[in-house]
Amino acid sequence: MSEQGIINGTKIEREQVVAKAPEAANAKRFHPLWELTIARVRETLREPEVIFWVFIFPILLVFALGIAFRNTGPQKIRVAVERNETAASASAQAADALSRSSDLDVVELSPAEAQQALRSGKVALVVRPSVDEDAAARGHSDAANSNDVSASSRLSLYASFSYRFDPTRTESRQARMVVDDALERAAGRRDVTQSNDETITEPGARYIDFLIPGLLGMNLMGSGLWGVGFAVVNARTRKLLKRFAATPMRRSHYLLSFVLSRLFFLILEVAAVIAFAWFTFGFTIHGSLLGMAFLLLLGALTFSGVGLLVASRPKTIEGVSGLMNLVMMPMWLLSGTFFSSARFPNFLQPFIKALPLTALNDSLRAVMNDGASVMTSWATVSILLAWCVISFIIALKIFRWQ
Amino acid sequence: MNTLRSNNIEQAALSCVRLVKRYPDVVAVDGIDLEVRMGECFGLLGPNGAGKTTTVEIFEGLTKPDGGTVEVLGEAWGKGRDTALRNRFGVQLQETQLAEKLTVKETVQLFRSFYKRGRDVDSIINLVELNEKRDARVGKLSGGQKQRLALACAMAGDPDLLFLDEPTTGLDPQARLKLWDIVEQFRAGGGSVILTTHYMEEAARLCDRVAIMDHGHVIASGTPAELIASLDADQIVEFSVKGKVEKDALERLSGVRRVRANGDGYALTVQDIGAALPALLSELEQERAELVSLTTHQATLEDVFVSLTGRMLRDV
Repeated sequence: MSEQGIINGTKIEREQVVAKAPEAANAKRFHPLWELTIARVRETLREPEVIFWVFIFPILLVFALGIAFRNTGPQKIRVAVERNETAASASAQAADALSRSSDLDVVELSPAEAQQALRSGKVALVVRPSVDEDAAARGHSDAANSNDVSASSRLSLYASFSYRFDPTRTESRQARMVVDDALERAAGRRDVTQSNDETITEPGARYIDFLIPGLLGMNLMGSGLWGVGFAVVNARTRKLLKRFAATPMRRSHYLLSFVLSRLFFLILEVAAVIAFAWFTFGFTIHGSLLGMAFLLLLGALTFSGVGLLVASRPKTIEGVSGLMNLVMMPMWLLSGTFFSSARFPNFLQPFIKALPLTALNDSLRAVMNDGASVMTSWATVSILLAWCVISFIIALKIFRWQ
Repeated sequence: MNTLRSNNIEQAALSCVRLVKRYPDVVAVDGIDLEVRMGECFGLLGPNGAGKTTTVEIFEGLTKPDGGTVEVLGEAWGKGRDTALRNRFGVQLQETQLAEKLTVKETVQLFRSFYKRGRDVDSIINLVELNEKRDARVGKLSGGQKQRLALACAMAGDPDLLFLDEPTTGLDPQARLKLWDIVEQFRAGGGSVILTTHYMEEAARLCDRVAIMDHGHVIASGTPAELIASLDADQIVEFSVKGKVEKDALERLSGVRRVRANGDGYALTVQDIGAALPALLSELEQERAELVSLTTHQATLEDVFVSLTGRMLRDV
């Protein structure tokens, strides 16, 4: 072979090698974004813990909360009647009178026990009977004079009562009214006007109905941040990110694959919770399914964007865990998952409203509970969109590949 | 001479001039010039911490140099052609752990999707002889199989140039041989290879030329044969004794080029073993030193490194 031949030789040999497998020279391939997404989904599904956290845990949560706050008719208020040695019959009679009220749940306790029960919130109010000597004397003569048969069953008026309660507790104030009313009636008060109750139960107004959209929102946040954050930082510590950075892979494709793979799990996650809530608690969706799907999709995208942002720099799992808790904590507390965020003071409201989970919870409730159209939630939808786009762009800019 | 040079540059798989990379505590790469020709296998040889990995990662476009220029396959980094360039070479990094939950096939398929050209997934897996393991999870592979999978990922884009960073570190001899075979096949197809290693046998077997690195500098370069010849000796005699032998006396022995203290004895770099060995034995007898052990071996790249730095490659 001549000198020239050696220089060109490499090329010639190369063609021969390729020629040995001509059908394989330029094989068909799928889009890298698709391959990355599929790889993400596979990796996640092969992690047994994931199945628990994504599917089982939210269902357990719905179940536990649904049971704890189930609507078994109107809730009874617990009150205590003090056992009084000098007015033993007054105590017993008062307890008897109160227990006939359907709104009350009565216990008789010693003064010390009653005090303890009140302080620890086990009862909303304590009734303390005391004997009024003058009234007793008057009462005896009354009873002797009028031959009223019912007088014996009537609460004697020889007793007077004092109510001990904490006026800052709504339940206690309510108890004060109900107890007083019951005792007065038992003592023989007659109502002047005729009234009757018409009770209704609005579907969608139960606590469980309020809870489900909030839980869906919280799940999307949790699985978005943990799912994306852990996987990214894990890949970084294993130098897999660096390896990808050495290929022609587009970096935005890598980040997008996390967002897209979340959508796959979103469907399963949401379906599991809603199906369970429907089956167990008769939960129904009042608004359009399409509107709800749109909001859930947007929520999942937003939280995977936030997850990418949180995971864009940390080098260790410990580092990303701390950061993740820091980001999620305010939303767990403030975003109205378990109770309405309107309970927080006014000066906090602008901050609370700007949080992505508040935006998601509020718009989900509007659609799922109130049957509103997504259009009416344009403000919260824009907040979500802004979080989604901005966090993704910043993540892409500051992402640490090695 | 001049025309030959310009011709070389045209054909260069890689060239770098006065490459510098500083870290806060150390100058990892301190003014390196290298040129690797097309179709060549070039080895960067040196102990851990010599700057090999940093150098290669600058070549791969993963690390930005603080000074100097690099051209890979005729292109410089950061000139808007990075993606096109990345399509033309493959990389195996020293510490990468591929996703354990994916199978061999899924992993190769993923990497294949990043490249414009390349074979189909099955024939890439064939190339690294992992057919039997194609549906096995990466986490279940042996060290050698993982390393071959890493090689498959590096070759997924049918590259012109392969960067291999310590490809056989931690592998048993058989796994190492298998990997060498694959690299040699790749070269037979016309590919160029740049590899780092601290195994002399690896450099001697695979590399056309090597550069020996230490503390961020290239301290010698050439073909393995040239470097060994630079010792001006072909045998190394190592011995240990009970008793005392003067270094000066050993240096005066015929055929001995260099003497280095080595544990309880010495290592002699010897040109003519037929003359040097009898001379050594009679010297020991004269000094009444009791010979405990004696070995001789052909001079290797390791001995080149030792003679240049006074240190062994492996224990630094």
